[in-house]
Amino acid sequence: MTVLTDIPEKWLPVVLPIKKKKKAGFGGGKSKKKRTEEERRVKANDREHNEKFQYANNCIVTSKYNILTFLPVNLFEQFQEVANTYFLFLLILQLIPQISSLSWFTTIVPLALVLSITAVKDATDDYFRHKSDNQVNNRQSQVLIRGSLQNEKWMNVKVGDIIKLENNQFVAADLLLLSSTEPHGLCYIETAELDGETNMKVRQSVSVTAELGDPNNLASFDGEVVCEPPNNKLDRFCGTLYWREKKYPLTNQNMLLRGCVLRNTEACYGLVIFAGPDTKLMQNSGRTKFKRTSIDRLMNTLVLWIFGFLVCMGVILAVGNAVWEREVGSLFQSYLPWDPPVDNFMFSAFLSFWSYIIILNTVVPISLYVSVEVIRLGHSYFINWDRQMFCSRCNTAAESRTTTLNEELGQVEYIFSDKTGTLTQNIMTFNKCSINGQTYGEVTDPLGKQPKRLDFTPFNPLANPDFCFYDEKLLESVKVGDLHTHEFFRLLSLCHTVMSEEKSEGELVYKAQSPDEGALVTAARNFGFVFRSRTPGTITTTEMGRTVTYSLLAILDFNNIRKRMSVIVRNPEGRICLYCKGADTVLLERLHPCNQELMSITSDHLNEYGADGLRTLALAYRELSEDEWEAWSESHRCADKATDCREDRLAAAYDKIEQDMKLLGATAIEDKLQEGVPETIALLSLANIKIWVLTGDKQETAVNIGYSCKMLTDDMTEVFIIGGHTVQSVRQELRSARERMMELSRGKTEGMEAWAEACFMGNGMKDGQEGDCTTGRGSKQLHCSSLPPSASGDMDSISGEFALIISGHSLAHALEADMEAEFVSTACACKAVICCRVTPLQKAQVVELIKKHKKAVTLAIGDGANDVSMIKSAHIGVGISGQEGIQAVLASDYSFAQFRFLQRLLLVHGRWSYLRMCRFLCYFFYKNFAFTMVHFWFGFFCGFSAQDVPDHRSLEYPKLYEPGQLNLLFNKKEFFICITQGIYTSVVLFFVPYAVLSDATQSNGVPLADYQTFAVTTATALVIVVSVQIALDTGFWTVFNHMFVWGSVGSYFTIMFALHSQTLFRIFPNQFRFIGSAQNTLLQPVVWLTIALATAVCVVPVLAFRFLKLDLKPQLSDTVRHTQLVRQKRRKPGGRSIGGAWRGTGSVSEGRLGARGGSRRSGYAFSHQEGFGELITSGKNMRLSSLALANFASKHSSSWIETLRRKKTNHTPPSTSGECSPAPSNVSGTCPALSNSSSVLGGSQETPIEEETDAAVVLSSSSHPAASEPAEPRAPAQVAPADSSTSAAARTDSPGGWARSLETVQEALFGRRGCASASNTQVPPCDATETPPH
Amino acid sequence: MVKEEQEESSNRPDNTAFTQQRLPAWQPILSASIVIPMFLLIGAAFIGVGVALFITSRDIQLQELDYTGDDSEHPCFKCRTNTEKCTCSMTFSIPTLFKGPVFFYYGLTNYFQNQRKYGASKDDNQLYGDLDYFTNPSTDCDPYTRDSKNMPIVPCGALANSMFNDSFSLSHTVNGVQKIVPLDGKGIAWWTDYNIKYRNPTLNSVFFSGTKKPTNWPKPIYELDTTDVYNNGFINQDFLVWMRRAALPDFRKLYRRITHDDYADGLPAGNYTLTIAYNYPVHSFNGKKKVVLSNVSWMGGKNDFLGIAYIVVGSMCVVMSVVMLIVYARFKFAEDV
Repeated sequence: MTVLTDIPEKWLPVVLPIKKKKKAGFGGGKSKKKRTEEERRVKANDREHNEKFQYANNCIVTSKYNILTFLPVNLFEQFQEVANTYFLFLLILQLIPQISSLSWFTTIVPLALVLSITAVKDATDDYFRHKSDNQVNNRQSQVLIRGSLQNEKWMNVKVGDIIKLENNQFVAADLLLLSSTEPHGLCYIETAELDGETNMKVRQSVSVTAELGDPNNLASFDGEVVCEPPNNKLDRFCGTLYWREKKYPLTNQNMLLRGCVLRNTEACYGLVIFAGPDTKLMQNSGRTKFKRTSIDRLMNTLVLWIFGFLVCMGVILAVGNAVWEREVGSLFQSYLPWDPPVDNFMFSAFLSFWSYIIILNTVVPISLYVSVEVIRLGHSYFINWDRQMFCSRCNTAAESRTTTLNEELGQVEYIFSDKTGTLTQNIMTFNKCSINGQTYGEVTDPLGKQPKRLDFTPFNPLANPDFCFYDEKLLESVKVGDLHTHEFFRLLSLCHTVMSEEKSEGELVYKAQSPDEGALVTAARNFGFVFRSRTPGTITTTEMGRTVTYSLLAILDFNNIRKRMSVIVRNPEGRICLYCKGADTVLLERLHPCNQELMSITSDHLNEYGADGLRTLALAYRELSEDEWEAWSESHRCADKATDCREDRLAAAYDKIEQDMKLLGATAIEDKLQEGVPETIALLSLANIKIWVLTGDKQETAVNIGYSCKMLTDDMTEVFIIGGHTVQSVRQELRSARERMMELSRGKTEGMEAWAEACFMGNGMKDGQEGDCTTGRGSKQLHCSSLPPSASGDMDSISGEFALIISGHSLAHALEADMEAEFVSTACACKAVICCRVTPLQKAQVVELIKKHKKAVTLAIGDGANDVSMIKSAHIGVGISGQEGIQAVLASDYSFAQFRFLQRLLLVHGRWSYLRMCRFLCYFFYKNFAFTMVHFWFGFFCGFSAQDVPDHRSLEYPKLYEPGQLNLLFNKKEFFICITQGIYTSVVLFFVPYAVLSDATQSNGVPLADYQTFAVTTATALVIVVSVQIALDTGFWTVFNHMFVWGSVGSYFTIMFALHSQTLFRIFPNQFRFIGSAQNTLLQPVVWLTIALATAVCVVPVLAFRFLKLDLKPQLSDTVRHTQLVRQKRRKPGGRSIGGAWRGTGSVSEGRLGARGGSRRSGYAFSHQEGFGELITSGKNMRLSSLALANFASKHSSSWIETLRRKKTNHTPPSTSGECSPAPSNVSGTCPALSNSSSVLGGSQETPIEEETDAAVVLSSSSHPAASEPAEPRAPAQVAPADSSTSAAARTDSPGGWARSLETVQEALFGRRGCASASNTQVPPCDATETPPH
Repeated sequence: MVKEEQEESSNRPDNTAFTQQRLPAWQPILSASIVIPMFLLIGAAFIGVGVALFITSRDIQLQELDYTGDDSEHPCFKCRTNTEKCTCSMTFSIPTLFKGPVFFYYGLTNYFQNQRKYGASKDDNQLYGDLDYFTNPSTDCDPYTRDSKNMPIVPCGALANSMFNDSFSLSHTVNGVQKIVPLDGKGIAWWTDYNIKYRNPTLNSVFFSGTKKPTNWPKPIYELDTTDVYNNGFINQDFLVWMRRAALPDFRKLYRRITHDDYADGLPAGNYTLTIAYNYPVHSFNGKKKVVLSNVSWMGGKNDFLGIAYIVVGSMCVVMSVVMLIVYARFKFAEDV
């Protein structure tokens, strides 16, 4: 905490001098202020005073345009696109009569169309942004104006206003907390929107203002706050309050930030310090950028290349023209003199150059852009329509919110995921426990009988009906009165910092600071040890129906170093007992030596739990004699009063008493993952997509989730943790991590298997993501070589599995310019990267970093407001919908309800979109080259005069039909092949008719070599060849394909006959001069023979080539498939290291036997915060009334309940709060399913393994017999090659096949999951855990 | 479960084959059993057609007479540079009966009717008989829009201006006596050109007043054929033939047909004399002029290329299928084992 001591010096009423803005505000250009703010001074209740400073008001603008600026700004943006400028340029050229070889409307109509369609789309998007802005800006808040509370819209809230917040309301702006209805000016907030953390945080007002209390006093409050200017640091605030001649330091502890939600607090008052764009939330949101796909960029590059090619052709033809004009044209002047401005052949060549540019512009016709957009739109609809991405529980279908990014979904290399709400449901469940060496909670019935959910109600009327547990043995043990079991649950009911509320008899609501704790206390409650209420000095429980009041002697609070908490209580019999729960690593060291045996058994259990991804906690107790207690109590008091090093001395005191404890057992809590998360992650990493978790949560939580999602596994070679606080230490840590990697991988590379693996890593990647498209990618790898020599080249060849965990403060250093390269090289060599304690802006920075250094396609997925900036800066942003907050969804490009849908979005839709788009583009370029190059060849026969051969108007049509060909698959590597093929086709299409028709005559003797006949013949041949080509390219003939292909050929003829008809000619003789050509030409058998010949010459080689390529030489055409086969063969003998990667998903059994080193994940209520113990013992957070009642607390009287009820009337019912937030209230409100099957790590290992095996069997039967003896642990590993090889195989055979096989894979892998989720809809969550029938 | 399904809310996407991308589809696969026979079939068909075409084409008779007169021995040599009216004659013999109907073409080489400016240098509205464009022709015709006195030219443009104006007559020497072979100039242009695309204004010469003839023309458009109203003005067959410009720099155009009763079966063997009114200069651009006599078959005029090309492509298909069969046997069969 820093107090600004130098503030008085700055105490001058200045309008700060207008300076050049040194650093751009993070809020983008939204802030209207032109000057840099150096400090902010806000006077409460004094709008006039505050207006002088022109602080931004609370109105938020995320929209880009308004009605006036729309047209110019939008046009400006659109003409930044290469293509649009290109067409504008063409249009200008065409307006020059000497050059114009095509009439200008052939360009202006499509250009106007494209521009207006885009404009309409932009306008709609912006309209929705306006709407959501309006919605937020018009939220109501209560503002204290002239002593009375008035409802004001959010946007009218000004800096310096005092506003009143009520429970569960969003905080409207960054507020200084002045007072609250809770004692001591405390209030609780949930900051999930800001940092993703869902545990409650306490904020306290400065004590002088806390006393103000009601509105009347607040109205006269005229303190002035001087503080730092707006910034984006969420955890820092520095300011001073000047009031009544005194100054009070302000810290973040006094602030309520916009985006937080007020919880468990009736109401509070706050002074607006930062509003609107200045709030920390807005300062943390990244800029909205227009996203474009790499295909777009590639297309732009290609357009430039083609333009270059065009210029080349133009130059060739212009030179040709010059030569011709000199050699022939000048002689030919008796028939065709040069136009007046043309006086020599050079000038004529110059003009013909431009004319050719216009004529040949069809290599990049504008319809390309229109068609691409149409295809994307179609794909977006397919995504919206996908039932397999529909979440029936939240009734939300996937939504593609942008239509421009679809094909990039097939190219994703990095996924950045939020944790809370995305990977996890943020629901903690008490899952397993080990009591006195006996493990409970694991239902392993070999007969596969459905485990039944225990019904606690007959045994315990106070039980929470939502609590799920399946192991009867535990309940039996409680019932028979097993002492250990009783002590175990007694501990859970006493050792915590949970607050309880009892609205009516038996209707308990726990307010836990962290969901873990809530889960534990709820478990104890259901097993008959009900925590009822507490006062600063007592805890009242109901043990097996008997009310017991313990006097609470001390709370030895939790902190990060201690990793444990204890309570010391005296039971009614006067026995003093210390109960301790904590991370096993610290707790097991403090046990009495006689516990040795029990400890080893429990330790095994802990290992098991840890392997299942559960959060474990060890429990121990110690009985204290009165003397011991007195002695310790004295030393504790002493330490507590110490002024220096209080913390250390307290810790030492705690340490002293937490010794020689007896082990009771251990608990395992499941941080429930979203459905199918581990499977999805496994599958995505098979596709060689790297997944990074970026979370605001603590390191322990994040790592734990990493394990339970199988991102981290015990088989990993090494997990590096970067936690340095200084630049130097971070650099050092990164370096040593890298060196270690090299060292380890060097040792490994000696083995054959490692080589095989490396081979796989190399090839599998390309396969997984984008077929054999490697051209674009190859260069990317080189990018790392700008790194220090030790890090460069070798880093790519790192084998082995590493993981990197980096915390927010280290990340801040790692993201600095001089270290980012180092960070990237280290992080990218790791299989998994977890960044914890990161701010929203850091999330975006990490994404930007990868974008910058890796040139890879990134995808960010998240659910909350703290993910918005990341979602915006990634290439593709995905929002999890169907939950409370919608900011993430609004900022996203795609949204759906479940993380697991990501696999379908990427692997199915993404891949389809990508391949279809590539194939479309290739075909399109092929077609255009074929079409345009005909002009080029004709140039050589018409004196290079920019004469065009085919009637281009009649050819406009084929360009339009491809959008309908949705089942086209191809890839961009063959772009040049396509062009070559296009050129070949054009040669054939020109020279075959040339050779045939030059001498041919009609059967009535009229020569066929006239210009129009020639044009019609060539054009018809072109359409037919191109249609045959598309028929060959189409691997998947649906009704629509037939419709479009036949339809397009049919309409070509229809349109041609129409254009050549008499009617049109009569109206516009000058435009439709091809009258009669179609009839005349197409009646000639020679013409048809020519067309047939040209078609055959074009198509036969292609057909033969493809046949040879696809059916006979897969190793030539499809190296990927080959490597897949090779890899499968290689893997069979050894495969140790490879299996490890995928083992994750179902490998519980092997994991247990396997190397289990020190990676047991234990931790104490991870999202816990220090300080609550003190709050409780001081009684600060308890109401006076309840304090007063402390005396009667031993027997709860009805009057006390009445009091409670009265106090709580204002509160929203718990059910609502449970629904609308994933906050701790959830823990008590709706206890989630304790599921066995909904997630692999959930419970019994039987089910998941079987699922995986089934999947593998289905897969292998459809792909490769070699994969059909799946060793259980490696079942997922078998899935991998099968998946890829089927896809590879199918790609070669036919694109449709690919779809089929992928569907099989999908079904195999997730069909069951689908069933599970379907059943979830029909039955309450707890029953959904029935395993699928065997 | 069924009940639940029905109560489902509207958010769930429709379960149709189209939306779920599950449309029934035919997936053609290029398997050996299809491709190889297909190639064989195509090959056989092409060879068959090719042979037929080749034989047909070989039966077509063709007589070409170059009358440019570049060679000093040539009877037309004198006319080559002559600016005055000049006539020359060439004799040739036909060894066997030249089967009818016989077509009489004139041909030009190195003549760029397909030059863009040249081709565009006309006014379709004017040629359609639109009187507005008589007084005000399109600037497309530049520099043949107006003459030096700024009078509009009808028909305007380079294309019309450069109309071919050699004329020919053919005589058959029967028993030492020259017998004129009557030439039929009717219906040599496209039907659509004659009937639709080109129209004369209803009252001929009146409307041509105030206009000028093309500079190179000896007489105005309405005097092209004063003997036949239906062959005069814009719908003069020779004019139409010329205006239908050629796609390539070497081209021939139909001049006349030989349909007279005496020659309905063709030109009998014997000696013939071609008399040329040599007007059209091609010397300046190294062009050549020729006369072609030809008859046609069902597939048009003589065209060896088409037949040969068909035979070549067909044979290639056959060869390809054999190659594919070999490759298939070598690799595929081995792999199966």
